[in-house]
Amino acid sequence: MHRFANPTQFMRIANAIFPWVAGLAVILFVIGLPIALVTSPPDYQQGETVRIMYIHVPSAWLALMVYGTMAGGSAAFLIWRHPIANLTAKAAAPMGAVFTGLALVTGMLWGQPMWGTFWVWDARLTSFLILFFLYLGYLALGDAFEDSERGDKAAAILCLVGSINIPIIHFSVTWWNTLHQPSIMKLGGDGVKSSVDGSILLPLFVMLGAFTMYFFAVLILRLRSELLAAKIRNARLSQAAVGDALGQAAE
Amino acid sequence: MTRKKRRLYFVILGLLGLGVGTALVLTAFQDNIVFFRSPTDVAEGKINPTQRFRVGGLVEEGSVVKDGENVSFAVTDMTNTLHIKYVGLLPDLFREGQGIIAEGKIENDGTFVASEVLAKHDEKYMPREVADALKKSGRWQEGTGKDGAPVAQGVKPVSTAPTSE
Repeated sequence: MHRFANPTQFMRIANAIFPWVAGLAVILFVIGLPIALVTSPPDYQQGETVRIMYIHVPSAWLALMVYGTMAGGSAAFLIWRHPIANLTAKAAAPMGAVFTGLALVTGMLWGQPMWGTFWVWDARLTSFLILFFLYLGYLALGDAFEDSERGDKAAAILCLVGSINIPIIHFSVTWWNTLHQPSIMKLGGDGVKSSVDGSILLPLFVMLGAFTMYFFAVLILRLRSELLAAKIRNARLSQAAVGDALGQAAE
Repeated sequence: MTRKKRRLYFVILGLLGLGVGTALVLTAFQDNIVFFRSPTDVAEGKINPTQRFRVGGLVEEGSVVKDGENVSFAVTDMTNTLHIKYVGLLPDLFREGQGIIAEGKIENDGTFVASEVLAKHDEKYMPREVADALKKSGRWQEGTGKDGAPVAQGVKPVSTAPTSE
């Protein structure tokens, strides 16, 4: 655990993983996008509109997964004062907000032709909108304090409190009846089953993989630049300190 | 106890408390979070008749009568049926056997006058050929998921066709 607390060690591991996740993201997008958007069959009810799902579902999945990552990072930061965990949460947050916004917008574009409305206040849509506000709140709160350490702590606490929304989003379609359809994957006594035909499920899984790998690749890039920025800040500070000391000695 | 341990227990207890609190609130508001009621709820008098609400179910086969923009149809949960009147455009997915949700009020004559009708899409996604093949082999169940799961909670289809698998 604390092996990763050392930025140099952490970056060595992250840099080793980076080409793999970035490469996988490129490969999966190159395979997935043409299948999802062009060659996969139209749905028997929705027609071509089904293709919105290949963007909507991966975005929604990442919206939840990124929040899970941030909640883990925030907990590690609050409990063990793990600086890189906090940096990870902060680096992931804007991406999570974008994926949540993308899931909301694509969902609305799909809802209008299929349901007959852009928006309803059912349990799934409402809890997902709350997730979007949690992301925005996290980003705003982290910057709201003069003392960045206090801002980080406040944002981390907000993130943990908001994590209660994640199971609510996931189970909203099971616990209550909603306009939003239930989950396409079902965990039964005989394993995981899907209500989606293989020809539609395959491109969906490729896109899920592509989005996930893309997230990890960009996360590593963001962390790398954050750590480098911190290094430069520290170098400047110590340089200034040395300069001050020299100046005082000369006097 | 070290400070790290204390913080760990504090976070765990905090999340537990928050979880229990949220669960209690959500259970208490159960009836308000539910997006639509079933025709059975209506038949059993669980709904205040003066109140606007949403009702959901399957459009009964052979019940749709269209006269220009005036539509009347029946919504069923296979136990009870509710007659609905609506004036306006229907969503593309509206058809007999489809799950729909209507918002409106029950009039004195017992029909539900809807101001909005939404189509409910199920979690079944498949190409047309697969749907046709399923229908041909008699394994198709209107209003149920691929594996016979009901489209909507509170809508319990009675299986007449042999179920898949």
